[in-house]
Amino acid sequence: MEIIAQYGSIFLVMACVFGFFMAWGIGANDVANAMGTSVGSKALTLKQAILIAMIFEFLGAYFAGGEVTSTIRKGIIDAEVMNDHPELMIYGMLSSLLAAGTWLLIASMRGWPVSTTHSIVGAIVGFAAVGISVDAIHWSNVGSIAASWLVSPILAGALSYGLFMSVKIFILDTSDPFHHAKRNIPIYMWMVGFMISMVTLLKGLSHVGLNLDLGLGSKFADASLLSALIGLGVAGLGTLMLRNIRDIPDEQHRFRSVEQVFGVLMVFTACSMAFAHGSNDVANAVGPLAAIVSTVQSGGEIAATAAVPWWILLVGGAGIVLGLVTYGWRVILTVGSKITELTPSRAFAATLGASTTVVIASGTGLPISTTHTLVGAVLGVGFARGIGALNLGVIGSIFMSWLITLPAGAGLAIVFFFIFRAIFGS
Amino acid sequence: MPILSPLGNLFGRSPIGPIQEHMAMVNRAAQLVPDLLRASAADDWEAAAELHQRIADAEAEADAQKRSVRRHLPNRLFLPVPRSDLLTLVGVQDHIANTAKDIAGLIIGRKIRFPASLQDAAIKLAEASAATSHHALKAIQELDELLEVGFSGTEEILRVEAMLKTVDELEGSSDDIAVDLRSSLFAVEKDLPPIDVMFLYQIITLLGTVADDAEKVGDRLQILMAK
Repeated sequence: MEIIAQYGSIFLVMACVFGFFMAWGIGANDVANAMGTSVGSKALTLKQAILIAMIFEFLGAYFAGGEVTSTIRKGIIDAEVMNDHPELMIYGMLSSLLAAGTWLLIASMRGWPVSTTHSIVGAIVGFAAVGISVDAIHWSNVGSIAASWLVSPILAGALSYGLFMSVKIFILDTSDPFHHAKRNIPIYMWMVGFMISMVTLLKGLSHVGLNLDLGLGSKFADASLLSALIGLGVAGLGTLMLRNIRDIPDEQHRFRSVEQVFGVLMVFTACSMAFAHGSNDVANAVGPLAAIVSTVQSGGEIAATAAVPWWILLVGGAGIVLGLVTYGWRVILTVGSKITELTPSRAFAATLGASTTVVIASGTGLPISTTHTLVGAVLGVGFARGIGALNLGVIGSIFMSWLITLPAGAGLAIVFFFIFRAIFGS
Repeated sequence: MPILSPLGNLFGRSPIGPIQEHMAMVNRAAQLVPDLLRASAADDWEAAAELHQRIADAEAEADAQKRSVRRHLPNRLFLPVPRSDLLTLVGVQDHIANTAKDIAGLIIGRKIRFPASLQDAAIKLAEASAATSHHALKAIQELDELLEVGFSGTEEILRVEAMLKTVDELEGSSDDIAVDLRSSLFAVEKDLPPIDVMFLYQIITLLGTVADDAEKVGDRLQILMAK
């Protein structure tokens, strides 16, 4: 307790700096993967993509990021074990942030594909298992997180396969694809609006202290009705945006006008992707920060209930935005330039499949990798015979990145943990 | 900083565009054959030599494109259609250019000229072969639209099948012209030097082969759609 009283403000400053560093890394690297599909398919310009990312990452983090934040904060480690030594929690979370941030920096300098989620989960499990005790870890939760890493790309692939098949049947393979595109695409827009509102209403609002009751009997019924209405609003807006697109006959590229209609849809799915990413990945930086702040502020009690202070999300959001504008935009361009084969009709199916999966995971509190989910979703479209050539070697590199990132994050966190303990004492 | 995003590396080079470019180059060689026959009929061997050179250049360029397509189709790529079918398609396309070059080589090498009474029919045969190749190219140019609908759209497949029907019809008409030309040649062959006659028959066969190969391109395309 004395340690926290003595160094409390130093811990807070360090936590904010490390959390900001981590958020910067997410903005510089991770967001680019989420937005690269939109820029690569030429549905959005770079500026539009950055603007959408800035707004919807933040909204996602704020309205739907609560569950994952609390998993990172207290779902992986058993805080009770540390009740006598709350400073260990602070050391551990500080070293996790620093370890994950450092590892991300090293890996991106070397050009290794890594996932922020895997780095931070590896780091937390590492410091807790070695620095505290193997029993301090909720192994069953860690097990479901690991399982979700396998399930999420597969689920995203199945969803985007289904979405692309529906596009094939109801739009592309018709006598007048342009007409059918204009008529059916607002339905997909409705899905985007419904899905995001549903998760926000069911899982998000309580974390920011809002409660909703339309008196329909259950929270689910309330949320469904409201989400359906919001979805209608989104579809209406989309229909307005589609109004000015005309079918320009082009013998060489007969689907050009159809793809333009999908380009408008892509704006919506890009928003949902940024929202999904914000709801899941921002927690990687904000979760440990929140754990430290609540421990320091409660004077050593590892509070399990306190709501996340609003300014913590601001640190996370600001870090991400800074990462995007200083470095991430270049990564968006690079990723975008490599996926020019992805036309808006494919990019939409992949993005919506991935963002739906990520948002469901966010609602369940599972930290997953947005990038790997997106890879699964693109493969799903590929299996529906929608993409010219896919490199299956990437699947191997994803497994490799799991094998390397988990021990690397854990090892670094353990080193930092013992350094902090040596500096501040226990 | 090098950026290695699994998402960026996921996308391979689509073979569809390069296959279409290859067919366009092959067709360029086939389209020059009627001009070459006209030049030989007019006894203009300077123009004929230049046409021969252009055909040989197009064939060489098509060869390079064919190798490039093969090089960029490694086993690990996941494609919407079987890899072996695409490789066979490129091989069949390449045959058209090879045959065009063989025709040009023979005509230049032996200064082959059809007898005046047969010249019109020979040029007509070359034109029918070139037209078959042209329509095969048009069908191949639908490959990117086929990819857009995921190789399974009924509408698009009907459209391509209508184009392939045109290819078949043109090939049939080139066969008819070849039959007539052979019997006309048979009627006058006793008055011509025997070795020249042998090569005239061979040119007729090769002109027919151009159309046959173009039809085979259509057949391979149909196999791609059927799966």
